[in-house]
Amino acid sequence: MALLTVRNLEVEFPLGRKTLQALYGVDFSLEKGERLGIVGESGTGKSVAAFSILNLLSKPGRISRGEILFEGSDLATLNDDAMRDIRGNRISMIFQDPMMTLNPVLTIGTQMIECLKAHRNISREAAREIAISKLKEVMIPSPENRMDSYPHELSGGMRQRVVIAIALLTDPSIIIADEPTTALDVTIQAEIMVLMLELCKNNSVGLILITHDLAVVSQVTERVMVMYAGRVVEEGPTRDVIQNPQHPYTRGLIKALPQENRPGSRLNQIRGSMPALDAIPAGCAFNPRCDYADGECLKAIPPLLGKKGHKATCLHTDRIPPFESARQEVST
Amino acid sequence: MNVKTSFLSSDLVFRFRRDKVAVVSLIVVLILVFSALLAPVIAPHNPYDLTTIDIMDSEIPPVWDEGEGDSRFLLGTDPQGRDMLSTILYGMRISLTIGFFAVLLQAFLGVSIGLLSGYLGGRIDAFFMRLADIQLSLSTLMVAIITLAVFQAGFGAELYSELAIIMLVLVIGIAEWPQYARTVRASVLAEKHKEYVDAARVIGMSSRRIMIRHILPNTLSPILVISTIQVANAIISEAALSFLGLGMPVNKPSLGSLISSGFEFIFSGSWWITVIPSVVLVALILSINLLGDWLRDVLNPKLYKD
Amino acid sequence: MDYLYFAVRRVLQAVLVMFVISLIGFSIQDNLGDPLRELVGQSVSETERQAMRDRMGLNDPFLVQYGRFLGNAVQGDLGNSYFFKKPALEVIAAKFPATLELVIGATLIIITFAIPLGVYCAIRPKSWFAKFIMGFSIVGISVPVFLTAIFSIYIFSVELGWMPSFGRGETSDLLGWQSGFLTLDGLVHLILPSISLASIMMPLFIRLIRSEMMEILQMDYIRFAWAKGLYPKRVWFLHAFKNTLLPVITVGGVQIGTMLAYTILTESVFQWPGMGFLFLEAVNRVDTPLIIAYIIVVGLIFVVTNTIVDLVYTWVNPTVKLVGGTS
Repeated sequence: MALLTVRNLEVEFPLGRKTLQALYGVDFSLEKGERLGIVGESGTGKSVAAFSILNLLSKPGRISRGEILFEGSDLATLNDDAMRDIRGNRISMIFQDPMMTLNPVLTIGTQMIECLKAHRNISREAAREIAISKLKEVMIPSPENRMDSYPHELSGGMRQRVVIAIALLTDPSIIIADEPTTALDVTIQAEIMVLMLELCKNNSVGLILITHDLAVVSQVTERVMVMYAGRVVEEGPTRDVIQNPQHPYTRGLIKALPQENRPGSRLNQIRGSMPALDAIPAGCAFNPRCDYADGECLKAIPPLLGKKGHKATCLHTDRIPPFESARQEVST
Repeated sequence: MNVKTSFLSSDLVFRFRRDKVAVVSLIVVLILVFSALLAPVIAPHNPYDLTTIDIMDSEIPPVWDEGEGDSRFLLGTDPQGRDMLSTILYGMRISLTIGFFAVLLQAFLGVSIGLLSGYLGGRIDAFFMRLADIQLSLSTLMVAIITLAVFQAGFGAELYSELAIIMLVLVIGIAEWPQYARTVRASVLAEKHKEYVDAARVIGMSSRRIMIRHILPNTLSPILVISTIQVANAIISEAALSFLGLGMPVNKPSLGSLISSGFEFIFSGSWWITVIPSVVLVALILSINLLGDWLRDVLNPKLYKD
Repeated sequence: MDYLYFAVRRVLQAVLVMFVISLIGFSIQDNLGDPLRELVGQSVSETERQAMRDRMGLNDPFLVQYGRFLGNAVQGDLGNSYFFKKPALEVIAAKFPATLELVIGATLIIITFAIPLGVYCAIRPKSWFAKFIMGFSIVGISVPVFLTAIFSIYIFSVELGWMPSFGRGETSDLLGWQSGFLTLDGLVHLILPSISLASIMMPLFIRLIRSEMMEILQMDYIRFAWAKGLYPKRVWFLHAFKNTLLPVITVGGVQIGTMLAYTILTESVFQWPGMGFLFLEAVNRVDTPLIIAYIIVVGLIFVVTNTIVDLVYTWVNPTVKLVGGTS
C-alpha cells in the first residue's frame, strides 16, 4: 500500500450558472520517501491536483468525486479538525512566491513556533529550539537572530529557505512544493532545488514537486506525471519519460526546452495553446495541437496504457518516431 | 475587465434586471428626481408664494388623520401653514440641485487635477497629491461647518440666506475633489505608457487631446461609481448643514431645513412636519447608495484606496 | 534611527499645519466683527476710536498683529469671549469634558460592535446574518446622524419615556473634570447621544473591516497559514486581523475628525453642553474670539490625532517604508 493514493479525483468550480471541471479522474500514488514530479503548462490542473490533496482549493473549488487515501483515512471526506491536524503536520506545503507566503506583520519565530504548537503539546521554549535547529538545517546564517526578524528583512532566497524550514518543522511524511523556485532569481533556483533534494533524501520525506520545468524534474524526481487539460496524459519513471516520451504533448514539452534547440534556430514550440476549462475539445483533448492526430483521436478519450509503469494516453504511440535527441538526458 | 470599457453593454443591463434591489432603487430614484424636477407642475400649492399661505392652516395633520385632516393638504401643513407635500417637493428640488452641482464641481476639479497630475507628473503631481492628503485628513463636514459658520457670522443671516445655495455648492464641491483626483491619476498612470497613448503622441496629437480623447474614457466607470455615492453624500452634507441652520433658510427650505424647523414640534405631537421629510430624505439617499453599491459591484472599477 | 527621523519630520509637519490653521484663525479675527464696538459700543467719536485702535495695536501692520496673535495663542490666550466675558479658551475647556465623554461613549460602542461584526461578515460573507448586517449598514450610512438622534428622542423619550431627551444630567467633580461617567443619571443621559453618534460611524467601520479582511483572506500568506494546519481562530484573529488592522487604523484616525463634526450635530439635537453646541451658539452671537478658539482647538485635535495615528501606524507596521506620510 502506497503512502498516498489518489483515485479517480475530480475537482469542479461552480461559477454562477455554469460549473467548470478542473480535474477529470486523476489517479496517482506516492511511496514513502518517493519524489514525484507533476508537469504541465499553466492551467493544466497540476496545482489544483496538489492543492486538493490538503483540501486547500481556492473558493469555490471543491472535490466532487474520488478518494485521497493517506495513512488510513480518506482526505477527501475528512472533517475539518482532522484535516487541520494533517496539514502542516503529516503533509506540508511550499508555495511559489516566498515574498507572498510569509505573513508580513509576524516575525519568523512566531510563524514557526505557532506551527509546532498547533500540532504538538510542547512549550514555547522547546518549539523555539526545534525552529532554530530547522533554520540551521536549511543553512540560514545566525538562526537565533533571524527568529526575531520580519519577512521583509530577508531576501527572496532566504525567505524560501524559511518556508522550507517551516515545511520540515513537524517531520512530515510528504511535502508538496508548488513551483518552489519559479519566483526566485535564476542564480538561486538551483541552490534551493539542491537543498530541497538533499533534505528530502536525508529525512526520507516524500516530495510532490509541481513545476513546468522539465529540467528541474529530471534532476530531482524519480517519477513524473504529465498533465494536460485536467487529465494525466503520461506517467512513469522520470528517466524513461524524458528519454522516450510516449505522448506527443510530453514530446512537445521536451522539444521546447532551450537545450534541445540549436543556437540561432527557431524554438520548437507546441503550436496552438491550452484550451480553456469550458472549451476542452472532444476526444483526446490534445488533438487540435497534435501532429499525429486523426479521426480516431476525436472519437473517444484514450485510456492510460503502457508497460513497466510507463503509461500514456495516446492511441498512436507507435506512430510517434523515437525521440532523436542528441543527448541522453536533459541536464541543468 | 471588458465590462470596464463599455459599461452600457448588454451584460450590465442583464445583471441589472436580475437584481431586484437595484431595480427598485432605480425606480425610487427616478420617481423622486422627476417629481422634484416637475415640482412647479405637480405641487398643489406654491410654498414660496406668501399670499397663498394662511397661518390659520398651520399644523394640520395629514389627511389620513381622521377628524383633523384637511383634504386640501394631503400630507398636512407645517407651522407656517404651508402645504407639506408642496414644500417637500420644492425642498427635494433644492437638495437635489445642490447635490448635483456640488458633485459636478467635485468631479470637474478632481478629474482635471487628476489628469494633470498623472500626465505631467513631477512637482505639480507631488504638490497636488500632498494637498489631497491634507484635504482628506480633514473632515469635509467639519470644514464646511466652520467655513459656512464664519461666512454667516460675517455676512449676517439675511445676505447669507440669499447666497446659501451657491455657498453650499461651493463648500461641498471644493472639499471633496481628492477622491476623484487620486482615482483618475492612478488610471492615467496605468494608461500613460500603453502603446496606444505612445502611438497617439507619435502621430503628433497634443497632450490635451490625448488626455481627453484617449485617457479620460477609460476612467469613466470609476467616475460614475464615485459620483453616485458622492451625490448621496452631498445631499447628506447639505441636509446636515441646513439642519444646523448653516444652509438653506426656512423660507426656501431644503429637506434638511424642513426637518430642522419641524424638530421642536415632535414634542407637541405634530410628528409629520419632521417625519415625512425625513422619510423622503432617507428614501432618496438610501436608493442612491444602493444603486451606487450595485454599480460598484458590477463595474468593479479600480477605485483608489488608501 | 530611521524612525526617529521620521517622527521628527512628522511632528514638524504637524507644527506647520497648526501655523496655517492659526493664520486662518487670525484672518477670521481680522475680518469678522469689530472688537472696538464690542468694547465701547457706538457712542464714541471717530477720533477717540482711532486713538483706541492705535493703543490696541489694530492699526499695526498685518505681520505685527499676527505675531502678537500667535504669541498670545502659544501662551493659551485667544482673547476673551464677548458673551461670557471670560477667556475663550477657558470657556471651551469647561465644555471639553462633555464632548470628550460623548466621543468616548460612541467609540466604545463602535469598537465593541464593529470589529466582531466586520470580522464575521468577512469570514462568513454568504451567511444570512452577514447579509443582514450588510443591508443594515447601508441603511445606517443613509440615515443622517441628526435623524437618528431625532428619532431616538421621539421613540425613547417622547413615546416610551424611557430616556431623558436632552442635557448631560447630573455630573460630578472628578479631579476638576465635570464627569457624567460616575453618576447613574449622567450615564443614562449619555446613552442616546452616544448611540446616535456611533450609528453613523459604525456601518462605515463594519464595511471597512469586512472589505479589508476579505481581501487579506485571499492572500497567499493566509493560504499558507491554513496549510500549516493552524487553528481557524489563529488564522482569522491573528494572521488576517492583524493585517486588517493597519488600514483600519489609518482610516480610523481620519474619522476622528469626522466624528468631531458629527458631535456638533448630535450635541445640537440633544442640547448636549459640549464644544459643538457652544460653537453653534457662538456663531449665532457672532462671538468671534470663541469661534476662533473653537477652530484652533479643533484644528489642534485633528493635527494631534493624525500625527499620533501616523506615528503609531509606522510603529506597528514593520513593512512600512519611511517616506512621506499624511498630514
